Amino acid sequence: MRKEKRFHIKWIMVMLALTASVLLCGCASSNKGVNGQVIVYNWGEYIDPETIRMFEEETGIEVIYDEFETNESMYPKVESGAVAYDIACPSDYMISRMIENGMLSEINYDNMPNAKSNIGAQYYEQARGFDPDNTYAIPYCWGTVGILYNRTMVDEPITRWEQLWDEKYADDILMQDSVRDAFMVAEKLNGDSMNTLDPDELTAAKDLLIEQKPLVQAYVVDQVRDKMIGGEAAIGVIYSGEAIYTQKENPDLVYVIPEEGTNVWIDAWVILKNAPNKENAEKFIDFMCREDIALMNFDYITYSTPNVAARELIEDESIKYSEIAFPDLSQYENLETYIYLGEDGDSLYNELWKEVKAH
Amino acid sequence: MTSKKNWLSVPYLFWSGLFIIVPLGMVVYYGLTDRTGAFTLDNITAIASAGHAKALRLSLLLSLVSTVICFLLAYPLAMILAQVQVKRHNFIILIFILPMWMNFLLRTLAWQTLLEKNGVINHVLSFLHLPTLKIINTPAAIILGMVYNFLPFMILPLYNALAKIDGNVINAAHDLGAGHIHTFFRIILPLSIPGIISGITMVFIPALTTFVISSLLGGGKLLLIGDVIDLEFTKTSNWHLGSGLSMVLMIFILINMVLSAIFDKDGEGSML
Repeated sequence: MRKEKRFHIKWIMVMLALTASVLLCGCASSNKGVNGQVIVYNWGEYIDPETIRMFEEETGIEVIYDEFETNESMYPKVESGAVAYDIACPSDYMISRMIENGMLSEINYDNMPNAKSNIGAQYYEQARGFDPDNTYAIPYCWGTVGILYNRTMVDEPITRWEQLWDEKYADDILMQDSVRDAFMVAEKLNGDSMNTLDPDELTAAKDLLIEQKPLVQAYVVDQVRDKMIGGEAAIGVIYSGEAIYTQKENPDLVYVIPEEGTNVWIDAWVILKNAPNKENAEKFIDFMCREDIALMNFDYITYSTPNVAARELIEDESIKYSEIAFPDLSQYENLETYIYLGEDGDSLYNELWKEVKAH
Repeated sequence: MTSKKNWLSVPYLFWSGLFIIVPLGMVVYYGLTDRTGAFTLDNITAIASAGHAKALRLSLLLSLVSTVICFLLAYPLAMILAQVQVKRHNFIILIFILPMWMNFLLRTLAWQTLLEKNGVINHVLSFLHLPTLKIINTPAAIILGMVYNFLPFMILPLYNALAKIDGNVINAAHDLGAGHIHTFFRIILPLSIPGIISGITMVFIPALTTFVISSLLGGGKLLLIGDVIDLEFTKTSNWHLGSGLSMVLMIFILINMVLSAIFDKDGEGSML
């Protein structure tokens, strides 16, 4: 009896050791596709999974796909090099930070015919705000930040940021729970740049946000979508890409670009400097720029595509000429794109944001 | 005897070395350095800045209140449990543990849906023409979430301690003329102190460090110290400050553990 028991323990130990070694080896040698692999680091729910499957089938390259939630959580992981990613899809200001720190590899447009021909010139133009000669980034999605409101719950049309400070909407307002987006609203309302580092302007913005706090129902990120659809709040700050989806679910919702101006953002593909599979990375990005693939992704995630060839393929006229998905930006004033503020600038914003949140 | 069994502890030592000691060392390293890698105490003293101190005070207050509420709810229940027959108390304990089989996040999300302005509870209330409840995104909602999630951690150690009390001791007290109230304060309560201490520890520490409950039920309007640390790691990628603040939080946890070590000599908490 005793002997048997001891034997058991030994056996379990052997099993444990075996599993451990299998696990450890597993990390080192994963199954590679016939033509190698490509490691992609993208936003969560930001691609039609079917397109990845199609890419693997057509090219024989295995895609290892990883997701991040915020630019800020993506950056240290890429910087530390713990996983050698080939491709990432950060936003404008984060791309300029990565360029500044020499983390990106130059794009060879000769290997990417689709990227060259299908992405609209105006989007490359816009991308020059953070990537001066279009050396590093190929636009994937873009959009604006605006106000989504429920027309049955407000007394008059909402057209200005100022109305988010109106006391009659107390407890009916949803703000973005991210430092730059929250400050952008206050800075635009004050008529300042959303990239300001002027202490007085920043203090004014902070005071404005603190003043607004009692009226705010909640600071949320993705939940704006569900809360607005459910009629939980009357007014919310939202990304334009989410607006199309919410309107499909609840026709009472209206999206506006506020008169005081707002943020025009671009998320773009970049190839990392120490990418182990650079050629495959080029193939992957170019595949994503192919019009039919870009259309699939647009249908899936509903964020505006800079791919003009794909836009031509959209069948639904109301979406093809949608003011939300493809606004004519020349009609609006004070549009800006975030730029990287430097480490000190970032910590200044973060400090002030914490003061707002803790107030 | 013990030396023969020593090798059995190897997997555990390996485990704790790799997943407890090493990460702890990394937290200390990050907490005591700045971005350039130079030694600094700034990340620790940052707790004194207005925003951080306020978040810490709020955390301490809310976790204290929920610990007290948990205790007041759990003690009578544990006394009842300790008195009923063995067959029945297993069933009652099961009822209290059953919710814990569900994911913690899911349970808290459920409260969000229940408490929302157009949530389930308010629908029922307005259907009955009663005034609606407005506690979502307030400290009250966070306390509710803490009490709901951590109550079982209070009940079980209390039950353990109370069940151990020899019925003859209580009978003796009655024989010697002590009334029920007298017996409770002189006999039952002192004998259950180890259970009380470990119950308090097991509720207070997770409540103090939580960030999920406050962000889901507080609407991002109430910043607890756990939220600040979460913010530093996931949003502002300042791991140094996040680690420094975590170390400050560890001091509070250490104080709590020292207190429980003094009172809980028999290790009741580990009887769980």
